[in-house]
Amino acid sequence: MTTLAVSPALRTDQKAVQSVTAVSVAARRQVVRVEDLTMVYDDKAGPVLDKVSLSVGEGDIHGIIGRSGAGKSTLVRCLNRLVVPTSGRIEVSGHEITSLSSGATLRGARRDIGMIFQHFSLMSSRTAAGNIALPLEIAGVPKEEIRKRIPTLLDLVGLSKKADAYPVELSGGQKQRVGIARALALDPKVLLSDEATSALDPETTEQILSLLKDINRRLGLTVILITHEMDVVRAIASHVTVLEHGKVVESGATFDVFAFPKSPFARSFLSSIVAHDLPPQVAARLQPQPSGDTAPVLRIVFTGEAAEEPVVADLAVKFGIRASILHGRIDYIDERPLGVLSLLLPEAGDRLPAILAHLSSLGLHREVIGHAVRSSAAGTRCAAS
Amino acid sequence: MLSDLLPPALVALLLDSILQTATMVGVAALLSTLVGLPLGVLLVVTSKGQFLDRPALNRVIGTVVNLIRSTPFIILMVAIIPLTRLLAGTTVGTAAAIVPLTIAITPLYARLAEAAMREVDQSLIEAAQAMGATPLQIILKVLLPEALPGILAGQTVTLVSLVGYSAMAGTVGGGGLGDLGIRFGYQRFMPEVMVAVVIVLVVIVQSIQMAGDWAARTVNHRVARSRDRA
Repeated sequence: MTTLAVSPALRTDQKAVQSVTAVSVAARRQVVRVEDLTMVYDDKAGPVLDKVSLSVGEGDIHGIIGRSGAGKSTLVRCLNRLVVPTSGRIEVSGHEITSLSSGATLRGARRDIGMIFQHFSLMSSRTAAGNIALPLEIAGVPKEEIRKRIPTLLDLVGLSKKADAYPVELSGGQKQRVGIARALALDPKVLLSDEATSALDPETTEQILSLLKDINRRLGLTVILITHEMDVVRAIASHVTVLEHGKVVESGATFDVFAFPKSPFARSFLSSIVAHDLPPQVAARLQPQPSGDTAPVLRIVFTGEAAEEPVVADLAVKFGIRASILHGRIDYIDERPLGVLSLLLPEAGDRLPAILAHLSSLGLHREVIGHAVRSSAAGTRCAAS
Repeated sequence: MLSDLLPPALVALLLDSILQTATMVGVAALLSTLVGLPLGVLLVVTSKGQFLDRPALNRVIGTVVNLIRSTPFIILMVAIIPLTRLLAGTTVGTAAAIVPLTIAITPLYARLAEAAMREVDQSLIEAAQAMGATPLQIILKVLLPEALPGILAGQTVTLVSLVGYSAMAGTVGGGGLGDLGIRFGYQRFMPEVMVAVVIVLVVIVQSIQMAGDWAARTVNHRVARSRDRA
């Protein structure tokens, strides 16, 4: 039998929680609005994007996540009209992207939208400084002015010493830094990131993500982040949209989606980060209805301040029952603690309703997810990821 | 030294021939670059899925290029005599040889330039579009600079081919080294002239190849190398 006082593990940075709450409460301007976006490449294959709607607030880091083929790349390319959608409406930073004629107005709108790429897309014939200068040259910024702005941009991404290096002489992380500086050269309102860390090792990924977060904070830049990795979303995204087969299956603040995923797809996608689903060997022991020798299995979701509650110890003190932990995980999402714990309560008996009421009163989300045979579950086999 | 092997008159003839070959090759190369490079760009950017997608135009250009390339040079030379007369005012001599040389070599150069530009990563073009580049800016600032090493390599192949073609052009009165070799070396039984012509041609081709390789290497930043050689 395992008991665990959760509270010390979940001590949280109150300041961070407050600042995040402040941002999410304040009414923000929508910088990107997508309505009923549909993209059909091939009638037989069906739509790649199917009536996708989403909105992104100013200063958000909005993750768009899905498996490969979910339509993420097409969606992000519709935002700067590298791909022309079949139908729907897109507004980015005041530009009606979908109704622009493809001439000068479209090019003007594109200059408000920076983009970084999975394989960096740097010109091999230009140095780091030369690559960063490219969008400025394209926009017709005078040479003198370009020369003045390059050092600032290089400095912003921490590459001051690499101005004259060609891409071939740079590491993957350094190349993506050049890519970021290049994307920021024209002071965009929105930065699109298309799997920008997928070609990088975990350590470099972390550095690039914190650079993006830093830039997001310092410049108030809105970032739209396409990725297939939940870890990327968890690390920096304030909001997330989950795409499956070209449809939005979930969209909202990252914490809310992670804590209470509504779709089975999102739940399974999240399983590497949040313990919503029990490991198969534990799940196999669950049955939907109670029988003679079963005990209820509870899933408790700890969020925000409620995460500080010493729940397991509490059950022992208040109700005199022991709880065995079947599965659990605590993580920080968008700087707020999120824990999911699956407990087997062999001694709950008819006090179950009272226990549930008590947990609710603590502000915890809880549900009975099934019943498991008492004997085999009694503390001997604990599964925690 | 040279005069020990060849009489002075022949040396003068040899120098004249070198000059004629250099003129034919140089002018034809210049003209074929001026026409072939834009053709190569058109072949790339108007192809399906590219940023100036014009499939019909692309097919027309491609067909014309293929037609000229599949015509043997010796037949092409004769076939375009009226055009040569129109452009050069004559059908014999170095100036007249430049017309068929240019027409024969331009499609080759266009195809080589096209191949070099197709090697440019599509995502670079996409990146430039995302920056708000016009099609002309994409061509001038991305496509051509990125393809430059390959284009220079193509330029080298073109020049070497031109030297060969120019020898053939000589047989219809264009002059140059090929003409000298045939008239003196073969028809007048002077093997030393033939040997001299061949040696000079080998030296010219080698020099072009080395200069071309060096130029392509100098502008190629796709491979890492030490700073002092860069």
